[in-house]
Amino acid sequence: MRAPSGSGAEVAVGDVLLSIENVSLSFGGVKAVSDVSFDIRKGEIRAIIGPNGAGKTSMLNVINGFYHPQQGRITFKGETRSEMRPYEAAQGGIARTFQNVALFRGMTVLDNIMAGRTLRMHSNFIWQLLRFGPAMNEEVEHRHFVEEIIEFLKIQEIRRTPVGRLPYGLQKRVELGRALAMQPDLLLLDEPMAGMNLEEKEDMSRFVLDVNDHYGTTIALIEHDMGVVMDLSDRVVVLDHGIKIADGTPDEVKKNQAVIDAYLGVAH
Amino acid sequence: MLYREAGQFKTTYEADQALFPILQDRIGIVVILAIAFIAVPLTANTFVIDSILIPVLVFALAAIGLNLLTGYTGLLSLGTGAFMGVGAFGCYKLTTFFPGVNIVVLIVGSGFLAAAAGIIFGLPSLRIKGFYLAVATLAAQFFLSWCFIRVAWLYNYNVSAAIEVPQRTLFRVVVTGPSAAPTTRYLLVLTIVSVMTLLASNLIRGRIGRTWMAVRDMDIAAELIGIKLYQTKLMAFAVSSFYCGVAGAMLVFLWLGNAESESFNINQSFLILFMVIIGGLGSLTGSFFGAAFIWGLPIVLEYAPAYFGIKVASATAEHLSYITLGTLIILFLIVEPNGLARLWQIGKQKLRVWPFPY
Amino acid sequence: MHMLYQIFIDPFVQMGSAPDLFVQTLWEGLVAGVLYSLIALGFVLIFKASGVFNFAQGIMVVFAALTLVGLYAHGVPAFLALALTIGVMFLLALGVERLVLRPLVNQPEIILFMATFGLTYILIGGGELIFGGDPKVMISNQLYLPSGSYRIPALGGFVQMQKIDIAAAVIASIMVASLAVFFQKTRIGRALRAVADSHRAALSVGISLEFIWVTVWFAAGIVALATGIMWGARSDVSFALDVIALKALPVLILGGFTSIPGAIVGGVIIGVGEKLGEFYWGPLFGSGIEEWFAYVIALIFLLFRPQGLFGEKIIERI
Repeated sequence: MRAPSGSGAEVAVGDVLLSIENVSLSFGGVKAVSDVSFDIRKGEIRAIIGPNGAGKTSMLNVINGFYHPQQGRITFKGETRSEMRPYEAAQGGIARTFQNVALFRGMTVLDNIMAGRTLRMHSNFIWQLLRFGPAMNEEVEHRHFVEEIIEFLKIQEIRRTPVGRLPYGLQKRVELGRALAMQPDLLLLDEPMAGMNLEEKEDMSRFVLDVNDHYGTTIALIEHDMGVVMDLSDRVVVLDHGIKIADGTPDEVKKNQAVIDAYLGVAH
Repeated sequence: MLYREAGQFKTTYEADQALFPILQDRIGIVVILAIAFIAVPLTANTFVIDSILIPVLVFALAAIGLNLLTGYTGLLSLGTGAFMGVGAFGCYKLTTFFPGVNIVVLIVGSGFLAAAAGIIFGLPSLRIKGFYLAVATLAAQFFLSWCFIRVAWLYNYNVSAAIEVPQRTLFRVVVTGPSAAPTTRYLLVLTIVSVMTLLASNLIRGRIGRTWMAVRDMDIAAELIGIKLYQTKLMAFAVSSFYCGVAGAMLVFLWLGNAESESFNINQSFLILFMVIIGGLGSLTGSFFGAAFIWGLPIVLEYAPAYFGIKVASATAEHLSYITLGTLIILFLIVEPNGLARLWQIGKQKLRVWPFPY
Repeated sequence: MHMLYQIFIDPFVQMGSAPDLFVQTLWEGLVAGVLYSLIALGFVLIFKASGVFNFAQGIMVVFAALTLVGLYAHGVPAFLALALTIGVMFLLALGVERLVLRPLVNQPEIILFMATFGLTYILIGGGELIFGGDPKVMISNQLYLPSGSYRIPALGGFVQMQKIDIAAAVIASIMVASLAVFFQKTRIGRALRAVADSHRAALSVGISLEFIWVTVWFAAGIVALATGIMWGARSDVSFALDVIALKALPVLILGGFTSIPGAIVGGVIIGVGEKLGEFYWGPLFGSGIEEWFAYVIALIFLLFRPQGLFGEKIIERI
């Protein structure tokens, strides 16, 4: 099930998959990220936490290639670059979900997830016109794969529903499905539990853990729910006002004074 | 009760993804095609064929072209008329250069010329988005319109700046030129339009259609999935212009028999755009509905008063049809912004649960 | 080589050798530009306040002028006809708000844009039905608009300026200035900007959308009337004007869709650019490049600055 993905060297489990070095990002006069460095090891679940405006989403956007940092370097699968381009990120095996669900609203659930397979579909224009031979075989082959994802996420009943009509929680699940369809090496999740009730959060947490276990996907996760973060993640990096203030296991971070002051607070 | 999917299970993904997965739909389309290909030529009078059926089919094809670009890829284009013109004048020049070549080949060839024009005027889409891109298509429209008059080479230096269609045959039957029978022309147009609609439908349902719709719905997310925006947009321009070009060539060669620059001006672009809007953005069947509606309405307005015995001057009828058209557009947008295609879908949905109300 | 000379050197040589002709062309361009800006101004007003791109602005110009001339032709004295026409434009604004905008509130912009297409066709059909399609003469004398021209000796020859053109430029400037002040300083102006941003949000803070919309469409109607009068005074009042209105698009691109001063700047650039292009580069192409030159200017501009001269840089947040 795990076909080799795009460019870059093969990284062993436990080694550094992605490394951010001294990255700074500003918009006009606003400094979103200042001189941040951390790494993500293959096979782990890495949480990025911090108060609002800390630069977490900006960080993900830099990894994705959507924002280009003014300074710093990104090393992914052994290749170092000063900025990532969205297409390179996608080809290299980076997929993500978004804070405000970025699904294709005019398309059905099935089409959205199939869209995630685009990079792996190669039949040329003529076959596409005829919808025959290589084009048809490709459609069926990828449909198989997508159906497994649909089964995994338990969204069989809604596969033909236009996503615009789905409730928020289901949309988030579909978005996860689309990201999984890319068979990513690194999955970036931006607040996957936002706006969910307890039951939905438990479901999503289970999905995240399964993806990590089952497919071995490395996951970087932005999340505000501390319970989720502490339970799911292997390591945590804490940002505040664009600066890294802590980096370590959940237990270490929980006890860090700077983190408590900036974000966690104390029990009253 | 009639329109039920119950019991129609698919055992392969291929069957599930077929064009008409529901049996009743399959029967329906066969019936429609039978009527179109067999019943109509045998029974309809030449006026209906020449003044209604042929133009509706031709405009439907142009509407499909525009729909691919605007409805499926989200790139508003106001240059449809010009691309149709490229096809028409292109076909004319091709028949001048290659008098012996089969006319269908030349019509398809003119589609490629139009596609090339489409790509050239689509190049700005790398930097320009949304409404601003529409202005680029406007530039194309006005520039090409100007060319159709000023570049005399295009109409073989004819004094009247118009093109006259030469006679051409297909399987030894005359299909173009003054002596071509309406029925023959109708069948040729019908064949070309049917085939091209099928091909468009194939594209839409496959990978390319998905990339187009992804670009339309959220191009940033599309990029992050690995879709190459620029190539996708240019592909849309190319295919869309191809369809418009073929429609333009057929307009001149298989319907009007002659044309001048006027036939491909900005008003033509708006006309096709209305067809797409009223028919339904992002729907192939909608393109047919829209074409039939927009083309048929003025005709109905022209003949209806006489039918009821009311005398209306033809100029007044034209003014009234403008007013009616404008009012209907607004009404449509209020009632069903997704156009006739959506109304059709709702109708089918109601059929599914008939005789129950919901 | 000769081609390069003809494109890049010769026109400037011509400009230099007959500077009075150059200034004349500049003036003509300025005048055309002012009229384009007036049309663009109508667009900007409506877009700024309702987020609607009013495709019908061009036909509103024609319709307003036709109403004025038509009333006069039926024996109504000139200034009464003017007042009545203003009243008609008010009724039009009321009608549009009630029958078009209100049912379509909250719909995406493209739907509203299409609705203005429908409005255009209604106004074309209605205008032709009521007033007839043949060109009419504007009642400039009856409105005490200046006629004749000034002949100014300058730069070795002379420059001719029509008095009506000067009047148009002055009136346009006054209108632009007062509208700009209105939008920036007054309470209603602020409400208008809020509505342009988001219908829903404006409603939720208690802004009466109906009032705002009627106000702004009425204002656009007045601008249309002024444009119609000015334009009609220079040439005739005919339905060809609505194609000219499409020229406002390049103006809006240069000046931005929501900037009132931008409409003037954009209009002047397009007007001057077009006239200079036609006069000095036109002969290279055969005549008539005015038909598309403005769009090409706008297009080239967009390639370097995709958000227009005065537009805000689009930062997409995701």
